Amino acid sequence: MDTNKKLLKSQSLKDLLGKLTQSGKTVYAPKRKGDQVDFQPITSSEELAQNYVQTVQSPKSAVFPRVEELFRFRNNSDGVKLTERDVKTLPDMVLFGVRPCDAAGLQPLRAIFTWDYQDALFKSRMEKVTVISLACQSADEYCFCTSVGLSPGDPTGSDILLTKLSSGDFLAEIVTDQGKSLADSMTELFLPAPADAKPATLADVPIKFNHEELSKKLASLFDRTEVWVGQSLRCLGCGACAFVCPACACFDIQDEGTTHDGVRLRCWDSCGCSLFTLHTSGHNPREVQSQRWRQRVMHKFSYMPERLNVFGCVGCGRCSRACPVDMNLKEHLTAVMEVKA
Amino acid sequence: MSDANVYLPYLMRIDNITDEAPGVKTFKLAFQNPAEAEEFDFKAGQFGEYSLFGEGESTFCIASSPTRKGYIECTFRQAGRVTNALANLEIGDTIGFRGPYGNIFPIEDWKGKSLLFIAGGIALPPMRCLIWNCLDLRDWFKDVSIIYGAKTVADLVYKHELDEWSKRPDVKLITTVDPGGETPDWKGDIGFVPTVLDKVAPSSKDTIAIVCGPPIMIKFTFPVLTKLGFEPDVVYTTLENRMKCGIGKCGRCNVGKYFVCKDGPVFTYSLLKELPPEY
Amino acid sequence: MDDLRKKAKELLESKQAGVVIGYGNGTGDRVRAIFAQSPADADKLVFDDRCLQNLTVYLSKSEVRKIGKPAVVVTLPGLRTILQLASEKQVAENDIIVLGISPEGALLDLPGFKAITDYVASANLDYTDAEMRNLDEVLKLSLDERFQFWNDELSRCIKCYACRQACSLCYCSRCTVECNQPQWIAVPSHDLGDFEWHVMRAMHLAGRCVNCGDCARACPVDIPINLINHLLAQVTFDSFGLRSGTSPEADYALSTFRPDDKEDFIR
Repeated sequence: MDTNKKLLKSQSLKDLLGKLTQSGKTVYAPKRKGDQVDFQPITSSEELAQNYVQTVQSPKSAVFPRVEELFRFRNNSDGVKLTERDVKTLPDMVLFGVRPCDAAGLQPLRAIFTWDYQDALFKSRMEKVTVISLACQSADEYCFCTSVGLSPGDPTGSDILLTKLSSGDFLAEIVTDQGKSLADSMTELFLPAPADAKPATLADVPIKFNHEELSKKLASLFDRTEVWVGQSLRCLGCGACAFVCPACACFDIQDEGTTHDGVRLRCWDSCGCSLFTLHTSGHNPREVQSQRWRQRVMHKFSYMPERLNVFGCVGCGRCSRACPVDMNLKEHLTAVMEVKA
Repeated sequence: MSDANVYLPYLMRIDNITDEAPGVKTFKLAFQNPAEAEEFDFKAGQFGEYSLFGEGESTFCIASSPTRKGYIECTFRQAGRVTNALANLEIGDTIGFRGPYGNIFPIEDWKGKSLLFIAGGIALPPMRCLIWNCLDLRDWFKDVSIIYGAKTVADLVYKHELDEWSKRPDVKLITTVDPGGETPDWKGDIGFVPTVLDKVAPSSKDTIAIVCGPPIMIKFTFPVLTKLGFEPDVVYTTLENRMKCGIGKCGRCNVGKYFVCKDGPVFTYSLLKELPPEY
Repeated sequence: MDDLRKKAKELLESKQAGVVIGYGNGTGDRVRAIFAQSPADADKLVFDDRCLQNLTVYLSKSEVRKIGKPAVVVTLPGLRTILQLASEKQVAENDIIVLGISPEGALLDLPGFKAITDYVASANLDYTDAEMRNLDEVLKLSLDERFQFWNDELSRCIKCYACRQACSLCYCSRCTVECNQPQWIAVPSHDLGDFEWHVMRAMHLAGRCVNCGDCARACPVDIPINLINHLLAQVTFDSFGLRSGTSPEADYALSTFRPDDKEDFIR
């Protein structure tokens, strides 16, 4: 990737956020509330969370909200009228301070929402989002970005990638044209980078498995029920992992209102839920949790790479941190690699 | 319909309602917008998402033939929230339709061959589209045979069309009902579809077989076809699975790495054999 | 811990139990539910003050039951759950083996429901001081302030249903929110959908919640959802004198009518 390197002085962070907010953009950034750090709209750099490894939820709601109106319907004496969303009213957003894994997480979403049929709402939101990410200086035992082809300093998916320097200032890598126009509009903040700029040490995330080999191995493990049962016995079948995951995009469609006046909504759903695949007849192709756990793993690490050329996981570890029963994905995948033929 | 919103349905007017069997209805639907009617095209095998605004969407195949322009038909059985609400609609009411989705029966590849259609119960609708499509192109094919059965005489759908097909000299039609499902004046066969298929033993030479039915019927029909000499790659069927978006995004209908809404609903028996039991 | 491992091994070796549901070490300093099926597995069992998850939730999981007769490690909330499930005809005495653990960490001898009932009767079921403080923090707010408090907390709710799935008393194979004829509770996670869900669930648990706290621990966005259940448990006790999980034959307060009930609307 062709990058352009600039210097953002640490005291310029305040001005940067000020300018972004004033330009009418909504800035989403990690903000602390009690023990948790999560994405919230912010207006000043003082609100930025410090000293954390990862937010609880991913920033995917910026492009794939929890609840989204698809269209409105009205049925009266004049007949049925459908009113679409005006995509021009969607907000311009900046995702600030996301981790490189989260920036990369936009890729699997894009792959799904533009597979043959173009999801216009998703695409409009993507066009209105600028991603300014922050490379990771610390990781925890749940992170495994390096096992899925990413790293704490990977620019994939970012418009601008900031890396903290040992001086406390930031190296700003301008990754995309969108990032370039932003930096060019604030040249007093994005200064030329000195040749000897020394990034602070990035987080060490040891590689636990090779994702291409994992994908190959999974193709032969569908029928190994004992593997899937053993891994998922403690799984409760909630949707926490799917909802905090930056790459999960499964959704439900629900009508609300009456037949005369209402709205069709899209909302998050999870393949882990017991009734996800239930037919109206009562037949359920995935009626036990081990089948649903297998689906989660296969979809992300086998089906998506094969059909869409992208992995459905960025190794952020959120699923494992959020899981009430410690379903540690890194551990499960490492165990899959060790399953004997 | 706007190109921009793939979830926005066409508005369709119900022009006719036929009561096919207890709990089973056929809707004949016209596009409210004549320009859309003009532009709309589909191929046999494809399905759509039919909606009642305020209740939701339901997945049915397009049961009319693509050779007949200006309208589409769907046949459904009352089973859940949306189908029960649809069953209460009247001629003149408006519903939504998104489609056509899914893959198609490769009719072009079947030119010069004989066709054997095998269907059971409520699974005749996807076949009916295909049968009419093929009959409208009758001289493409050699022999055309249809074996169709239902639980009882009352459960046979498209009774009017069964009558039409039975009167055509260029179609061999065998209808059957399950043992015990016959009425005193029933003139057709009595027996489960796979049993009747075995008895009739149609030739597999240069013949394409298309099978649609409830899972139990399919399960017992495939071995009979194999016994009769049909290779798996000339046997076609359709799959159903729980759907929402119909366009490969909501993550619900996949059978292994294949999505019923994109890689199906039409599958050959040879591909079906590779699929994991997730449907 | 040694007694527990010894007992677990004994149960598995003699095949009295097909699986021992207990705690084992997890990621970092977490513990997680483990399903010991061999004496070697039993060595992985641990018990200390990290062990809070109410493991009776796995008694309603078909894939766990398929392994064999379960022996389950439980503390007081789990023991109450077993009695409550028994009173709701979800578990029979011979179905399970109970490995009760006292607050001091000792293995209890609880051979059947009578022993468990006696044990629970002797236990202190009042809320701890810390729990009362949390409850009081909310109760001291005016109704308007309380509504604001819950609006703030529930604004984070993503309707992941971790609270429901973690709860041992939420065992319905088709939850009310999953009924669509009619759609009683809105599915999407907007303000109304979130509120309807939590209010409905609280009502369905009124007088049944055993104060295990799993719902709040399971919540990925740290909503103290158990406070609602605690309050309703208190209200149910004050109104009907009944506490959940105290007898395997208790009638559920909110669905039982007696001719001598003080309310006269039904006469």
